[in-house]
Amino acid sequence: MSGGSYYVPESSKWPILASLALGLMMIGTGMVLVYGASGMPVMALGLLGVLAVMALWFRDVVIESRGGLYDDQMDRSFRWGMGWFIFSEVMFFAAFFGALFYVRTFALPWLDGEGAKGVAALLWPDFTASWPLLNPPDPSISGPRETFSPWHLPLVNTLILVSSSITLTIAHEGLKEGVRASTRFWLTVTVLLGLCFITIQGVEYYEAYAHYGITLQAGIYGATFFLLTGFHGLHVIIGTIILAVMLVRVFRGHFTADSHFGFEAAAWYWHFVDVVWIGLFLFVYVF
Amino acid sequence: MASHLPPKPTPQHSTATAGGMAEAEHPRPSGLMRWLLTTNHKEIGSLYLIFSLTMFFIGGIFALVVRAELFQPGLQLVRPEFFNQMTTMHGLIMVFGAIMPAFVGLANWMVPLQIGAPDMALPRLNNFSFWLLPVAFTLLLSTLLMPGGGPNFGWTFYAPLSTTYAPPSTTFFILSLHIAGISSILGAINIIATILNLRAPGMRMMDMPLFVWTWLITAFLLIAVMPVLAGVITMMLMDINFGTSFFNAAGGGDPVLFQHLFWFFGHPEVYIMILPAFGIVSAIIPTFCRKRLFGYASMVYATAAIAILSFLVWAHHMFVVGLPLVAELFFMYTTMLIAVPTGVKVFNWVATMFRGSISFEPPMLFALAFVVQFTVGGFSGLMLAISPADFQYHDTYFVVAHFHYVLVPGALFAILAGAYYWLPKWTGHYPHLRLSQWHFWLSVIGVNLTFFPMHFAGLAGMPRRIPDYALQFADFNLASSLGAILFGASQLLFVLVIIKCVRGGEKAPARAWEGAEDLEWSVPSPAPLHTFETPPEFHPHQH
Repeated sequence: MSGGSYYVPESSKWPILASLALGLMMIGTGMVLVYGASGMPVMALGLLGVLAVMALWFRDVVIESRGGLYDDQMDRSFRWGMGWFIFSEVMFFAAFFGALFYVRTFALPWLDGEGAKGVAALLWPDFTASWPLLNPPDPSISGPRETFSPWHLPLVNTLILVSSSITLTIAHEGLKEGVRASTRFWLTVTVLLGLCFITIQGVEYYEAYAHYGITLQAGIYGATFFLLTGFHGLHVIIGTIILAVMLVRVFRGHFTADSHFGFEAAAWYWHFVDVVWIGLFLFVYVF
Repeated sequence: MASHLPPKPTPQHSTATAGGMAEAEHPRPSGLMRWLLTTNHKEIGSLYLIFSLTMFFIGGIFALVVRAELFQPGLQLVRPEFFNQMTTMHGLIMVFGAIMPAFVGLANWMVPLQIGAPDMALPRLNNFSFWLLPVAFTLLLSTLLMPGGGPNFGWTFYAPLSTTYAPPSTTFFILSLHIAGISSILGAINIIATILNLRAPGMRMMDMPLFVWTWLITAFLLIAVMPVLAGVITMMLMDINFGTSFFNAAGGGDPVLFQHLFWFFGHPEVYIMILPAFGIVSAIIPTFCRKRLFGYASMVYATAAIAILSFLVWAHHMFVVGLPLVAELFFMYTTMLIAVPTGVKVFNWVATMFRGSISFEPPMLFALAFVVQFTVGGFSGLMLAISPADFQYHDTYFVVAHFHYVLVPGALFAILAGAYYWLPKWTGHYPHLRLSQWHFWLSVIGVNLTFFPMHFAGLAGMPRRIPDYALQFADFNLASSLGAILFGASQLLFVLVIIKCVRGGEKAPARAWEGAEDLEWSVPSPAPLHTFETPPEFHPHQH
């Protein structure tokens, strides 16, 4: 591609392999859900394929970046790309928060006979709307026995995630000012905080099933609880993996003080995950 | 007809200069591998367009099965269960497999050429976006062969029909839609990054051709609402497989919640399928009127206004579900507001034609038919927007007539117009004139014969999505079915036109149409594999 400044990569085998691997993973997932555990090998193979292709594809990008093939314009493309990707994630969570607010504000009061939609109350005349919903309308569905106090594990997790955003910013400052030791230390701390969060969330899930009766089947409270915390937790896991990759790259001497968008993109993602948690803490746990 | 057309520009007359020539090439994979591994926006654009055409015929066959069954009252050809699968799959395939990928294909080909960019901003991601589609739609089509059959709950897959009462294959349907959604989001990100970052030096936002503008806004809509679709189908997946109660009132959820989430995606989705069409028509009409587009800035603002309003109207699809009165009123008024920016566009197109030197080449024929027929669809949309009236029209064939008028003689005609407009740039040859005209007129007759009687059937009370109907609807349905056969068959002419055009025909110069002014007409026809490797000089003209 001589002559032009913008880097247009030559043909690549990663995209088609990624498509096929993702397709395999989806087929495997469908098989597991519809036909049972016999689909497990297909799903696992697909997942491994997706992870392997992602690793190899990003490896190519890192090699190209370190080979000096990317100019400022390419850098801006990556920035727009990552920015809009995070916006799409925001909308993904917005759908779930929207569902939560709709159920709490409209669906449950209407089931209780409120307003012009009160005829819905004829279905289950004994139902009383409340949030958290401990007694779902139909007695055959058992709700949670009790819900978590926000001021124990959820508060600890909030402090952990907020601190991790601060430590990540300190690490970023170190990178910008060329203080590698600071970056290495604070990024390690950030990854460890991410792991702590995941562990505590795991403990909370165990508690939910073992002692609180909060399950996926426990009516709309359990459903929204696991939908929101589950997808957030998945994003924390992904974010932690991304940060761990950045940590490896920092230890290998990648990035310069003025060119380190890989690191910045990881930081953007992490801060986004942090902000989602604040929303979760407020509307799933506190209010 | 042909004799009335002005002479086409010849290579000698063309004042256009070559914007970029292919450099000595690196060895590239050949044969099948070339298409599997490509990162070139033109090749990926062609792949999208071919995929879309294939899906168009598959979805079309499903539609013909539906029309064949409705040819006369009674149950003749298919079982009702299979009929339901056909209506559902027809809708899903046409929306997600034909119309959307066609616009993405056109964007892939034309956006870089129109803004003077060497390629899309993220070429490998571009290839990924495309190859997800064949995977997704193979999976989707395979559900037809699964035990219990494929999706049978309509393309809107309302819960609990799509959860509690759905066939087992629904899980695979959801997963295939996830793949298609990922493709759309990544494709949209790529288009936004390209438009915002890769314009030729000197091209400001308000210098961009309207096809680029409309695609920028469409891409924004895609990124905003495809994740909501992903969210709602994930909740379906959990209701089906993990016993959650999102759409189950017994557990405190609400089936109406599904409709709210679906249409929060679904209404912007409708504009995703029409805004790029506006862009294409806004390119073609000025070219064949030999005038600048009337009201360029107002076109941009109108497109943005439609996009913003599209987030505020979703519940007009749900007027009869039992919304509170205040919601009926709110969504009725916001929906009617959309007529304002849409009217701005239609008036601008008409004003562009006013006192223009109009000629009627095939792209212009399709563009003009678009303006008229899309307006018909817009007006029936206004009727449906009136909440009390919608209580009568809801879920009748009037709705089917409405959205087919905006999607077939609307969006699809714009795609065909764009294909005829840019075929000389893609292949280096003009499409065969006589065949194109036959294709146009048979399509116009077929499409109106199919969909216009549906207005009457609907107003008379014929419900949609049923395999059998009362006797008084027989004549309308007979006409619709005959029209559908005519329309479907005449699309084979389009395939013939494309094949002939690729293989040969009258040679086209760089500026294939004498009134065409955008940057794509400054590169040779056919456009070489690599264009604008060094950014072109862009001279803004006064809009």
